[in-house]
Amino acid sequence: MEATEMRTTEDLQMKQLMVVRPRYGELLIQALLGLCAIVSIVTTVGIVLALVEPSIEFFSEVSLKEFFTGVNWAPLFNPPSFGVIPLITGTLVTTFWALAVCLPFGLGAATYLSEYASPRTRSILKPVLEVLAGIPTVVYGFFALTFVTPLLQDIWLVGEGPGVFNALSAGLVMGVMILPTIASLSEDAMSAVPGGLREGALALGSNKAQVSTRVVIPAALSGIVAGFVLGVSRAVGETMIVLVAAGSTPNLSLNPLEAMQTMTGFIASAGLGDQPTGSIGFKTIFAVGAALFAITFVMNMFSIRLVRKYREVYE
Amino acid sequence: MARKVEGTTMTEENQAQVTPMQQIEPQHHADKAPRESLVTVDDVTVKYSGSTAVEGVTFDIATNEITALIGASGCGKSTLLRCINRMNDLIPGAEVTGTINYKGVDLYGEKIDPVQVRKLIGMVFQKPNPFPKSIYDNVAFGPRVLGIKEDLDEIVEKSLRRASLWDEVKNRLNSSALGMSGGQQQRLCIARAIATSPDVILMDEPCSALDPISTGRIEDLMEELKTRYTIVIVTHNMQQAARVSDKTAFFTVNVNEDDKRFGQLVEFDDTEKIFTNPSDQRTEDYVTGKVG
Amino acid sequence: MKSIGASAARNELESRHRDFFERGFMLALIFSLGIGIIALVTLILQVLVEGFPRLNSELLTNFPSGNPEIAGAQSAIMGTIWVIGVTAAFTIPVGIGAAIYLEEYADKERWWNRFIELNLQNLAAVPAIVYGILGLAFIVRGFLGLGQTVLAAGLTLGLLVLPIVIISSREAIKAVPDTIRQGAYALGATRWQTVRRQVLPASIPGIATGTILALSRAIGEAAPLILIGGLTFITFNPESVNSNFTVLPIQIFNWVSRPQDEFRVLAAAAIVVLLVILLAMNALAIFLRNKYQRKY
Repeated sequence: MEATEMRTTEDLQMKQLMVVRPRYGELLIQALLGLCAIVSIVTTVGIVLALVEPSIEFFSEVSLKEFFTGVNWAPLFNPPSFGVIPLITGTLVTTFWALAVCLPFGLGAATYLSEYASPRTRSILKPVLEVLAGIPTVVYGFFALTFVTPLLQDIWLVGEGPGVFNALSAGLVMGVMILPTIASLSEDAMSAVPGGLREGALALGSNKAQVSTRVVIPAALSGIVAGFVLGVSRAVGETMIVLVAAGSTPNLSLNPLEAMQTMTGFIASAGLGDQPTGSIGFKTIFAVGAALFAITFVMNMFSIRLVRKYREVYE
Repeated sequence: MARKVEGTTMTEENQAQVTPMQQIEPQHHADKAPRESLVTVDDVTVKYSGSTAVEGVTFDIATNEITALIGASGCGKSTLLRCINRMNDLIPGAEVTGTINYKGVDLYGEKIDPVQVRKLIGMVFQKPNPFPKSIYDNVAFGPRVLGIKEDLDEIVEKSLRRASLWDEVKNRLNSSALGMSGGQQQRLCIARAIATSPDVILMDEPCSALDPISTGRIEDLMEELKTRYTIVIVTHNMQQAARVSDKTAFFTVNVNEDDKRFGQLVEFDDTEKIFTNPSDQRTEDYVTGKVG
Repeated sequence: MKSIGASAARNELESRHRDFFERGFMLALIFSLGIGIIALVTLILQVLVEGFPRLNSELLTNFPSGNPEIAGAQSAIMGTIWVIGVTAAFTIPVGIGAAIYLEEYADKERWWNRFIELNLQNLAAVPAIVYGILGLAFIVRGFLGLGQTVLAAGLTLGLLVLPIVIISSREAIKAVPDTIRQGAYALGATRWQTVRRQVLPASIPGIATGTILALSRAIGEAAPLILIGGLTFITFNPESVNSNFTVLPIQIFNWVSRPQDEFRVLAAAAIVVLLVILLAMNALAIFLRNKYQRKY
């Protein structure tokens, strides 16, 4: 403790203050931690590489024109046919019905949590929604197939009801699955709206409903849209629900009561049968995967952009 | 600003010794032989991402004295304090020019290790910031990172005694530091700084978050500590500077041609002189409460 | 201005038409929330009712079989434990390491660090099945060539949940007040000493909570494992990370896709097992969060 008296010469001082040797341990740790961070970059590069090479091979065998304009999807049949449009319409139909559920109800739930619920109510309801988001998708698939579809068949009044496999029940259940995502992102955006804006409107004699619809939601719009876009991305990328409940028949139709195959559904069912490396079936998985990745990537980036924008405005 | 702080920190017991400036114990007359300079600050300028925070500061810090840095908010006194133990290195975009010598060694020299600098020049912060650990572990943290394993108990006890905290906590060394009062926490932070046996202790407004009684205790403690350590204190409270310090550096806020604010040192002298007969009009206006 | 009478004032203040809109709006909002909650309750009740006949010990002790009477999920349960073990062993150190790097070391002004950040946000939203494609191309076959093994499945799921672990760990690290770091640096601690002795201990509860939730996501994931061959008929427990495997969600999918009703009952019963595991993990996460919530 009394070292002060001992330090007299400048030399000794210098020695104490100098870097005796670089801290190799510190540098090593920093390098290791940096490597961990790079794993995420490697993952992205890996995904892109995994998709690109077989896709290029695929398109050397199948023309882009056939792939993107063909209306018949039967890649594993003989003779094969590679028109991806039925898979895209299948994806669109299930996504549409999912959005029909999760957009209005997700926004409604977010508005309630942000503008109406007391902190106590919110602290109970939010975890319940989180549980909903934590249920495995294969369970949702089971629910769609064994509960929602029979229910729809029972209550269907006009014409022929939905088949055993149909896009409607898959879409509706998917909507419930995505609802928490949209609710939570929208609520974040709405909570970020400064209280002053609300108070201003309330002071002018508006009621809460008017404040919500005319002040808070418009002010939080970019965040809400970001949530919607992310929701669409999740619907497009969802696999297990459609695989279980929507069937595995490529079907160029917009009728949600029919069985359909989505892009993800195709990738999974093709993956079920062990496709040998290099076979056209194997390459097809990657070509459809590349299209799926590209679509969701664009939506994710758009959504991330929007979130950043509203954060910049209010933070 | 300073007025307000003054009002809140005065108590009946220390009011008497505060109000009449003349009663400050004349410990270090200017005619007395000057003490050895431990740290010399020479033409130091600090910029954050290109914009100047404080410019062209020069003064000396003498061994076993208390040097107070005073001035209005934004005058750069805390910024300057953080240069002395190279804490500014941790702020991205911070840039220090000029020289700060410690016993003749340039602290910003090429081979100097900021981690070593901080071991010799300790720091106490504005808000008490005990680690969320036990009282013992708080004090032992510094020695432990230095690699000291033996005699930890002894170091902890000694440090707590010097921070006049031992008697209050000796029976609960293993309870959380977060359960202490604000004043105790700040003394714990002082004990923590002492435990690495530094030469210099930098204090960045150590009493601004404390009540008057705790403030009084810390001030008494500083008086005791200066027999072993050299202390530099930043304070908003002029009365505190007058009470505890030997030398005072008065900083002010200037506005440059681009309309940006930056700090400057106006005057550095014996505390007594600064408070009774300052050479600069701006110092006089500040210490008499005309501005600030 | 003419003063208005008390009844007129009351009329003004009560304005019923507004009240009606306000109430209708609020009911619509409550209904929105209700949809989710009703769906959750219905789903749980349905699997309980449907799976009840097979919720017995044979479900846990028997192996899959073509005969639904004697089929069980033992190999799937053990497979899940093995696979998640690998996932945890990979993703926890890498995820926490990356989070520490990004929060404590990286200079956020540098373009590559901003790129890592953006990349992470995107990865968190990449469809699960795409990770399956990655696993198929480079982990099962190609570069690593591990085959359809526990190790390949664990690593694939590890990559899938890595962004979640990193993002939640970063939040936990960010929540440690900066004054703690300053205090440690001022005592002459190096960066790593500060991280290891102050920042990490203070953020461990938050990191643990996020990590458990990420692992519970991995436990329920089926799509990527379908691609890397989890759907083979497995009637044995894994013995090492190089064993073939099946996991609970895959077993459930297998049973659901069979036409016989008996297999659906089995699927429901297995879902109950899966949900109980997830519930236990969630409860643990919430417990940790509440118990160690620090107030600075």
